Amino acid sequence: MKIVVCLKQVPAKDAPLRLTADGGGIREDVGYEMNEPDAYALEEGLRLKEAGGGEVVALTLGPERAAQVLREALAKGADRALHLVAPAGAALDAAATAAALCAALQRDSGGGFDLALTGLQSDDMGYAQTGVLLAERLGLPHATIIMQIEPQPAGGDGARIKAKRELEGGYFQWLDIPLPAVLTIQSGINKLRYATLLGIKQAKNKPLARIPLEELGVDAGANRQRMLRLFIPQKTKQTVMLEGPAAQIAGQLFEHLRTAHLLPNS
Amino acid sequence: MNDELRPTALVFLEQRGGQLVPAALEALAAAQQLSAAAGLKVEAAVLGNAEETAAAASQAAAFRVEKLWMARHARLSPYVAEAYIEAAGALLARALPQWVFFCHSYQTRDYAPRLADRAGRELLGDVTALRREEGGLICSRPMYQGKLAAEFVSTLPPPLFLSLQIGAFSAEGLERAPAAAPVEALEPEISAPRVHPGEPFREARQAVDLGQAGKIVAVGRGIREEKNIELARQLAELLGAELAASRPICDNGWLPMDRQVGSSGQTVAPRLYLALGISGAIQHLVGMKASRTVVAINKDAAAPIFEAADIGAVGDLFEIVPALIAALKARA
Ligand SMILES: Cc1cc2nc3c(=O)[nH]c(=O)nc-3n(C[C@H](O)[C@H](O)[C@H](O)COP(=O)(O)OP(=O)(O)OC[C@H]3O[C@@H](n4cnc5c(N)ncnc54)[C@H](O)[C@@H]3O)c2cc1C
Repeated sequence: MKIVVCLKQVPAKDAPLRLTADGGGIREDVGYEMNEPDAYALEEGLRLKEAGGGEVVALTLGPERAAQVLREALAKGADRALHLVAPAGAALDAAATAAALCAALQRDSGGGFDLALTGLQSDDMGYAQTGVLLAERLGLPHATIIMQIEPQPAGGDGARIKAKRELEGGYFQWLDIPLPAVLTIQSGINKLRYATLLGIKQAKNKPLARIPLEELGVDAGANRQRMLRLFIPQKTKQTVMLEGPAAQIAGQLFEHLRTAHLLPNS
Repeated sequence: MNDELRPTALVFLEQRGGQLVPAALEALAAAQQLSAAAGLKVEAAVLGNAEETAAAASQAAAFRVEKLWMARHARLSPYVAEAYIEAAGALLARALPQWVFFCHSYQTRDYAPRLADRAGRELLGDVTALRREEGGLICSRPMYQGKLAAEFVSTLPPPLFLSLQIGAFSAEGLERAPAAAPVEALEPEISAPRVHPGEPFREARQAVDLGQAGKIVAVGRGIREEKNIELARQLAELLGAELAASRPICDNGWLPMDRQVGSSGQTVAPRLYLALGISGAIQHLVGMKASRTVVAINKDAAAPIFEAADIGAVGDLFEIVPALIAALKARA
């Protein structure tokens, strides 16, 4: 199987986010990492390849710094990588991102692949639409919030997979999907691997192609939705905030629980 | 395209087995509230097979809408994105609304982006607040996992596609209907979907029903290691509480799946919900925000969990929890 995995670089989970002076974005002096569900998508791609053979291509759209997630993917076992280089500060919405990814995939080795995987949403914008729209632009079937993938033995009507889709409230649904298809992957679908030293060394010799967005004929400014302002959400609930030394906080907490009759036998 | 649209707002009412989901009514209430001032009439739509749409329509008849649309077809049950996109597309081509509302459910996330894209529009998703200004609707939505929020507008002419975050709008103000609205039923052509959907199922019978628990101590990724769960277990025992967790803890297998709270786990409403090292992602909050008293311990003062908390303790849980355990033991 030829598997494409779409990866996004996002601010690290514990990064202290601060707004830029104009309120149009966040300050970039933070640590970055691979978007968590994307890391699971990559792992799933690598496992499918290890089980059934084929190729894993890592694909990202982002500024220069985003090449880091591709190097990580190569170190973990991806065969090659494509970097769609966006101008610094460009923020494409899901439709514009999908258009660019679609253009890149159609250009890459004749447009053929079996499976494209994305994370189910990004930890920064959280649109949860890029994978779905990529499928629409490619004219392929898709499924979202996938928790398991089972390749099926090749049959008369071409290659198919079974995928387990998560529903609300602890329910699931199996889908039988013809390939090629696009799946958006849920965190926790598998156990992530670490890159080995050998893998990191080998990654240096793997192909990493840089493709500026202009070259794809994609306009980085052509968003369908426009952000007016970014802000820190206003608290609407009255919260009693306890701060200070731990022992003091614990004492206050105990008192709150006692007066609210939340201790046992009270 | 703009001129052809009718002065209406259309709400897609999601049903499951013929039962309208609660969030569908939140979306309907929001549409009712916004549309009057904008000079739009509210219409609603249900999709499904014949039984499902009939059952859902009879529930929807209780609420004030100008018209109720139905798109029914055997291929709409069980749900599959391709069939829903075709049916909803056919319905939109008839109903021609200015605004299209959804609740931001997993189903909406699965098909509405493609539906909007086919109409040359985008879905403004996960909307938590709406206000009308000259030139259109301004939508607020969470960004960076709820640590920040942003206001968005569409750059395109109507129709405008919106999905509303579950729980962000109240269904309490829902206007009832003086009389049932006229129903227009469509039986759209739907091609055989490439994807074959199975019936929804539950993994295993749930051993614990956290929905009945009076007190809950819930652990999140801040607990760092499996062996530290013991600390939470001790606290839970001393408080007479059930132990629960955020999703990553259950994904890791540190606690069984049936102890997961949130949109893909259990919904709980205890008298006390004590969250240890949980950031407060929306998918977690929807499962616990009906709790009477929420106490959160988190080292990050900006963690969104504090928005849902009555009492927020900012600090290291590995210092605060042992001290609280000591205080509880001293009392006993
Ligand atoms: C479709 C979908 C469905 C989902 N369903 C669910 C669901 O049902 N339930 C659910 O919970 N999640 C669900 N999620 C995942 C959700 O988005 C979050 O990723 C998850 O809830 C985060 O878990 P967490 O808060 O434990 O971890 P994190 O977000 O990593 O938060 C850890 C927190 O611990 C704090 N912390 C760290 N160390 C300490 C310390 N020493 N002392 C005190 N605090 C500390 C940090 O400040 C941080 O706030 C779902 C996501 C999606 C996309």
